[in-house]
Order: sequence, then structure tokens, then C-alpha cells
Amino acid sequence: MEQCKLTDFSIMERREINLAALATRMVGLAALTLVAFLAAVISADADDAVRVGVLHSLTGTMAISEVTVKNATLLAIDEINASGGVMHKRIQPIVEDGASDPAMFAQKAQKLIQQDHVVTVFGGWTSASRKAMLPVFERFHGLLWYPVQFEGNECSAAIMYSGAQPNQQILPALDWAFQKGYKRIFLLGSDYVFPRTANLILKKHIQHDGGFVAGEEYVPLGGTDFSAVINKIKAAKPDAVFNTLNGDSNVSFFKQMAAADLPPSKLPVMSFSIAEQEAKAMGPSLVQGSFAAWNYFQSLDDPANKKFVAAYKEKFGADSSVDDPMAHGYLDVYEWAAAAEKAQSFDPNKVRRAAPTLDWKDLCMGKTKFAANQSLYQTAYVGELQPDGQFKILWQSAQPIRPEPYDALSFPGKKCVIK
Amino acid sequence: MSDYALVAGQLFNGVSVASILLLAALGLALSFGLMRVINMAHGEMLMIGGYLSFVTYRLAPARLGFGLALVAAFVGAAAFGAVLELLLIRRLYGRPLDTLLATWGVSLALQQGARSIFGAIGVEVTAPKWLTGSFTVTEGVMAGFNLPYVRLFIIALAISVLGVVWLFVQRTRLGLYVRATHQDREMAQALGVNTSLVDLVIFALGTGVAGLAGSVLAFIAPVTPTVGQSYIVYAFLVVILGGLGSLLGTLLAAAIVGLFSAGAQIFTSVSFADVLLLMFVIAFIQFRPSGIFATRGRALEEV
Repeated sequence: MEQCKLTDFSIMERREINLAALATRMVGLAALTLVAFLAAVISADADDAVRVGVLHSLTGTMAISEVTVKNATLLAIDEINASGGVMHKRIQPIVEDGASDPAMFAQKAQKLIQQDHVVTVFGGWTSASRKAMLPVFERFHGLLWYPVQFEGNECSAAIMYSGAQPNQQILPALDWAFQKGYKRIFLLGSDYVFPRTANLILKKHIQHDGGFVAGEEYVPLGGTDFSAVINKIKAAKPDAVFNTLNGDSNVSFFKQMAAADLPPSKLPVMSFSIAEQEAKAMGPSLVQGSFAAWNYFQSLDDPANKKFVAAYKEKFGADSSVDDPMAHGYLDVYEWAAAAEKAQSFDPNKVRRAAPTLDWKDLCMGKTKFAANQSLYQTAYVGELQPDGQFKILWQSAQPIRPEPYDALSFPGKKCVIK
Repeated sequence: MSDYALVAGQLFNGVSVASILLLAALGLALSFGLMRVINMAHGEMLMIGGYLSFVTYRLAPARLGFGLALVAAFVGAAAFGAVLELLLIRRLYGRPLDTLLATWGVSLALQQGARSIFGAIGVEVTAPKWLTGSFTVTEGVMAGFNLPYVRLFIIALAISVLGVVWLFVQRTRLGLYVRATHQDREMAQALGVNTSLVDLVIFALGTGVAGLAGSVLAFIAPVTPTVGQSYIVYAFLVVILGGLGSLLGTLLAAAIVGLFSAGAQIFTSVSFADVLLLMFVIAFIQFRPSGIFATRGRALEEV
């Protein structure tokens, strides 16, 4: 009996092994078929599609801002595909997640260039992510289209800087403030590269133009306690606050200002990091009446912009809103496609050389055009935040402003020359 | 605004920050002192309190919202603390390093959970009307000196919570058990004190108070998934400075930390004031390694 049992057992075991082997073989076969199928699909794609990378943070703290830029980028790609593509090729976007981590941005940029063989990449938000990707694009001769306003002071052939340079956002805002008679300016920012550099430039210009720096304060990124800062603002009695705080710190700041009896209606605040998306997330009632300077507002009265906003709402929901970095993300794809058509090539070097030779066009934010230094000629706007979360445009520059990566007062002698 | 008003304003801000720190650190001081448990997820109890009051405001009628939010934050965070104690911390007694890692894991999971449910950007809680104003001196040398009602309320709440906890520990039967367990766990057990119940109660009380802190914090700052992270470091500083398990020490330490950083901010920036504060604490524990009030208890000698 014992013996018999044992034998049975071993037979059963063997059969199980056979079954397992069979299962493995079948899975293997299925996988092979799948791989063959995928390869066929991809090779079919390769014939009439051109691949581009879309690299933004889809997770982590930056996702709230960057997902919408990714959406706007994909919208432009869809629109171009619907009207025949680029050089008779369909654009195939490969979306990657930078995960709010500069190192991950660099890694994914390399993956997009080396494994996916994309011809160009649209992406990045924080200056840290751009600085991390820069060496990758330079080393592999890629081309990055960067959609966000930034601190300037950088100049690389591997990047098309479509977001505002300091002379296209913060300096026009200063001009506007001076015109309004705000001469005593208090500078407040989060403690990282953009606010520090922006304020360095602002200080030079405030002093140069006969204004007065009433104070300069930095709060660690994500900081929530502004009691001391508000005390200092009260002591300094500025005409206006120039605010380069980032993210949630803005909510704490405006809340505590209101509690200290200093709402935006009593002390004007000009913000450089609050656009439609942020205003919506923070609750517009809190920041209502404060000012912002951008190169695009959703409320821009411009036929091309109305088309863009309508198309975005149709695709991503009627209650979604559009802002400056998204408009730049959208514009970048069109500029890239036009430059590739003109160069009759997807080669990054030929595309970047062709881009500044294109004509002026209005894609949503008024007339724009890339300059020889690979940054964008664009108009500056100042808006006042309304209760509905939209901006009322109060002022705009007389014409599109020439981009200056190096501010002449702050970085004398430095020039951005791209060969 | 005069220099007097600036200094007076900073003095008030120091007290205000101290009262928030006191609420945040009280639970840590209690559980750290009694159980030698380093609860890395303590900051997330603030976050839970904040989100609970946000949800309560959304659901409850406007008049009741304020009181209900405080209750919900306290009860919810205390209940969560109790579950955490029963499921995790109780099983890791005497293994401080493991507790540290496990509670850190809980902290990460809670942060990501909040991010998935409420989104990465902060949610808003608007203080009731009677709390939104402020008292401002308009004339004399103190002109411009300003006391927001919200901050006055937080100070009052912190003092009352401290009073209630003190009464609980000093005047109730359960409080007597707490003190007994604190002094000598084994002897207390031998005399019939249910020490695991004491641990549970103290841990839940501590997390509940942290939840309360999160609830009032929501009036002055947004509730974000990482809100706890910005207070946990200061809370630990307060506990280290005050001495483990000492209520009076925690109070004094919170006052020192709050006033020190508010004072430093008169002369320097917020970032540099933090540096000075850390240097001060490091220097302080060189001279008094066990804090302002060194507690003599068997529970501490064993480890």
C-alpha cells in the first residue's frame, strides 16, 4: 500500500511537470507570436510615422502642472496628424514620465533618443529638470522644446526655449508696475534658482530705473509659515510685492496676508508662478485681485486662441482651463513641424536652424517667431485675476519682445550666440 | 510700522508657532517617553486631521462644521493611531529600529494614499467668519501691530489641550497608571496595571492631539499630502530639547523653538533662521543630552 501510494505520487508529480512544461511552452509561443505581431506593427509604423518624445512629470508633485502641458502637446500632434502630418508622415508620440525627478528626466531623455530613436523631444518644466536633460541632448545631438518661462542665463543649441526669458515676463511686469506708480517693490520668493535669479535681475533694474527695493525674502520650497515675512512686509511698507513663490506656498501666503488684513486689494501682489491652473486649484477667491504677468492668458481675444481653447475643452472636458506653459507646449509642436517641412528633414540640427527662418505666425498667443538664439519673440501681458479664475488683461507690450537670455545689467558681457 | 511693533509682532508669531509645535509634539513626547517608540508617521496624523476637517466642512452644515471638524480630526486621528498601535507598533516593542522603519513605511503609504485621493495640490479649508479678522493697533508706538484671530484661537486651543492632558495624567485613575508605567513598567504590571491598555490609550491620545493640530493648521495653510513632513522635524526637535515624556519640558521646548526662530527671523531670512535653530539645538544637547528635564524612569534605563 505504502509502495503503491508512493508510485502514484511520483506519477502525479511527473505529470504535473509535463503540464508545467507544456504551459511554459505555450506561454512562450504566445509571447513569440505577440512579439512578431508587435514587430510587424512597429515596422509598419516606421514606414509612415515619425516618432517624437513627450517627456513630462505624470506622477509626483509636478504632475498637477505637467500633465496639462502633455495634454496640450498631444492635442497639437493630433491636429497636425488630422491635417496630413509632417512631410506626409504621421507623428507618433512616445510619452514618458519624468516623475518630478530631474535624474529620471535625464534617464528618460536618453531612453527616448537611444531606444525609441525619436527625432525630437517636447518636455520639461522645472529648471532642475531642464538642467539635468541638457547634457543628454548635447551629447546625443538631440533637440528639446522647453515650454516654461524661466530665469534665462542659459544658452544651448540643443534646446528651443519657447517659454519666456526674464526680459519677456518679469521685466515687462516691472515696467507696468512703474507706470502704475509702484516704486517700492518687495521681492518674495521660494528658495531656489528661478526666484533667486529673477530677483537678482529685478534688483538691478529697480535700482537702475529709480525704484526702491523695499525688501527681499526667501522661504524654503513648500514653506507654510509666512508670519515673519508678513511682519517684514508691513514694516517695509512697499507699494507692491513681486511674488515668485512656487506651488502650495502661495496658498499659505495669500491666506495669511488676508488674515493680517493685507488682501491683494490693499497691497498689490504681482505673481510669476500663478496661472489659470494654479488659480483654479487654489480657489480663485483667495488670490482674486492679484496680478500676474505671462505671455498667454486663456482670456486672450484672438481667433487662433479661441480655436485652441475650444479644441482643448472638447478633448479634455468643458471645465478644463488652459494656461501659458500649455500654450507654449502646443505652439512648440507646430513650430517643430513647420521647421521640419521647411528643412525637408527631421535631423535635429537642420530643424533647429530652420526654425528661426520661419515666418511670424499666430498660434494662440499673438504673433510669435523663434529668434536666432533659439528663444521665442513673444508679447508680454499683465492680467488681473477675476473671481471666476480667469485673468482680465490690463496691459500688453507694444510689440513682441526680442528674447534676451542674458540680462545686460545683471550679466554684462555675456551673449547667447548659437552656431 | 515701528520697530517696536515688528518685535512685538515677532514675539506674538513665536508664541503662535510654539503653540502649533506644542500640539504637534505632545503626542510624540508622550509615546516616545512612555514606549520608546519613534513614530515616523506622526506627521501624517496632522495630515489625516487636516483632511478629515476638510471633508467635514464639505459635508456638515456651515454652523456645525467648525466644531464637528475639530471633533472629527481628533477622533479620526486617534482611531487611526489606535489601529496603528494594535496592528503594528505593539508587535514591534523593544525593536526601536524596526519600529522606525515600519512607521516610516506607513508614513509613505499614507502620503501616497492622500495624493491618490485628494490630489497632489493642497485642499482649502476656510475659517469661519468670526475667525477671519484680526485685531490691529492703529496708533502710538505699536501702530501696525496685528493679531489675527486665527492665531489667537490656536494659542488658546494649545493651552487648553495641554491643560486637559495634564489633568488627565495627574488627576485620573488611568493617568496614575500612565505615570506608574512610565516610572517602572514591570512593577506596574506586577501590581495589576494593564500596561498594554495604557500604551494604547497614550498612543491614541497623542495621535488624536496631532490630528487636532492638523485641523487648526488648515486655517492658515493648505492641507497637502506632505503637510506632516514640514512639522515632524520641528516636533522631534521639541521632543529632544524638552526631554522625553515631560509635559512641562515639551511646553518649554516648544516655546524656545518658536521664539528662537521668530526672533532670528527679525535679523535674517527664514532659511537661515532654520540653520541657526538647528545649530542652537545641537549646541544645547551637548550640555544637556537628555533635554531640559531629564526624566528618570526605568523605561528609559533599560534601553
